[in-house]
Amino acid sequence: MKIDIGHVAKLANLKLTSSEEKTYEKQLGEVLNYVSKLNELNTDKVETISNITGMVNVSRGDEAKPSLSQEDALKNAPKVHNGFFEVDAIFGENGPE
Amino acid sequence: MKSKGNICARFRRMKNPNLSDLTIKEVGELIAGKQIKATDLAKAYLDRAEKLNRKLNAYITICGEMALAQAEKVDDLMADNQKLSPLAGIPFGLKDNFLTNGIRTTAASKVLEDYIPVYDATTVSRLKDANAVFIGKTNHDAWAHGASGENSDFGNTLNPYDTGRVPGGSSSGSAAALAADMCIAATGTDTGGSIRQPSGFCNLVGLKPTYGRVSRYGIIAMASSLDTVGHLTKTVYDSALILNTTAGLDEMDATTSPEALVDYTDGIESGVRGLKIGLPKEYFAGLNPDIKKVIMDATKKLESLGAQIVDISLPHTEYGVATYYIIQPSEVSSNLARYDGIRFGNPRTAFGSEAKRRIILGTFTLSSGYYDAYYLKAMKVRRLIREDFIKSFTKVDCLLAPVSPTLPFKIGEKVNDPLQMYLADAYTVNINLAGVPSLVIPAGFIDGLPVGMQIIGPDFTEKQLYQVGYAYEQETQLYKERPKL
Repeated sequence: MKIDIGHVAKLANLKLTSSEEKTYEKQLGEVLNYVSKLNELNTDKVETISNITGMVNVSRGDEAKPSLSQEDALKNAPKVHNGFFEVDAIFGENGPE
Repeated sequence: MKSKGNICARFRRMKNPNLSDLTIKEVGELIAGKQIKATDLAKAYLDRAEKLNRKLNAYITICGEMALAQAEKVDDLMADNQKLSPLAGIPFGLKDNFLTNGIRTTAASKVLEDYIPVYDATTVSRLKDANAVFIGKTNHDAWAHGASGENSDFGNTLNPYDTGRVPGGSSSGSAAALAADMCIAATGTDTGGSIRQPSGFCNLVGLKPTYGRVSRYGIIAMASSLDTVGHLTKTVYDSALILNTTAGLDEMDATTSPEALVDYTDGIESGVRGLKIGLPKEYFAGLNPDIKKVIMDATKKLESLGAQIVDISLPHTEYGVATYYIIQPSEVSSNLARYDGIRFGNPRTAFGSEAKRRIILGTFTLSSGYYDAYYLKAMKVRRLIREDFIKSFTKVDCLLAPVSPTLPFKIGEKVNDPLQMYLADAYTVNINLAGVPSLVIPAGFIDGLPVGMQIIGPDFTEKQLYQVGYAYEQETQLYKERPKL
């Protein structure tokens, strides 16, 4: 099994160098080869388990409580503008860039 | 009382205090008896932490100002004759993936090298309420990805028992700082062995609690269905004291359990007589014979104390690492997707190579066309692994197993071979997949290197694990074997 590293890196929003792509392709190929040992097990009649606590529908009262101030929420942002997070434009003059 | 007198005399001299024989229990009694001041204690630990950190690289940040302020508060409360928690004045190391309000928290990654949280993790605020003292934030594999500490973006940590070897990981700095007496206790997280393996490598007691026993709120998430929040101590009693403070329901973490809380120190000395302890054969087949001998000798000791040792099988053990290395990277890729460099932290180009490797692997196993074959398959095998444990606990009270297939390995030995590094987790990941609690205690030494063993129990049986661990610890007193630094 081989991973299309370029495609997956794009999905994950990671920029990789071509040497990183090569290294990961080899290393992750080995990992996938190893994890394929799960195919030895017949799991047709086994239910998945996504939550081992067995708890369901955990909820709390819908009450407003103090939370982070706007100032605190922005404290670690690299760029802010008028009390908002500032991001780079994603649209050019002729639609999405 | 004689030893207390000696400790007090040393602190009065304060020239060269020997901190190595102090436990939470002893220090708590000294503070409560007004025999030492929390500020003197904090200063002694801060000095030692500053000095030894140059050698071991156990702390990313040492927070002297905060530690002294916390210690002064303890002394003020004592002067006012207030009754304090057993953790009051105790110098702690906090793993640097625990959010601390106003103190830089990096997850040992360059992505968060300048991140200063604006709130505390629940565990941190509970320790603050108990008036613990925070010496600093400990180093670890970045994002808790690793079994050696070598994946830290802030440099690797050395094992105090042999500085040519790794202290284990990912809670590398917590283990090294505690073994080197740069704190009296340290926090950790355990997603696949990150508390237990370094505890075993550094002759310490490490608790991986039942999933849901301790709140994950404010812990930088690794793999949310596997992450547990625990701690490392020198003794079993100390571990129980901390769990008394950290355990319990938290409305900020919906996976915390409403299961009733108990005093984990209560009855800790009740022994192992009549207990059935299972040895899962899959954890011993092919085990390094020297490590096997240490653990078999330990089981004989428990047998002589009245426990019944029973052979048992956990048939899906061999599928653990494969299952874990699908589920864990999948959840990692999802949790690390939030780091976009917009609200906090540096851009995604700042991720180190192991984080990128896991993001790629997890994004792949969750991607269209591969999800069923990998992620869904792994979630089915996870059920089989949990059922193995549940079935075994109908036959025995708890299980005893090795923690690591190897002794602490040499620095650099596995860094270029991720699969070999992942296989170092073989004896720990199944416990996270099953969600059950496990307590690591020192089992013995081989050529001066520590060997740990783990006691694994059914959900929410931490109290029983402490009773077993305490019985063995009282017999062997291995925690008194300190590294020569």
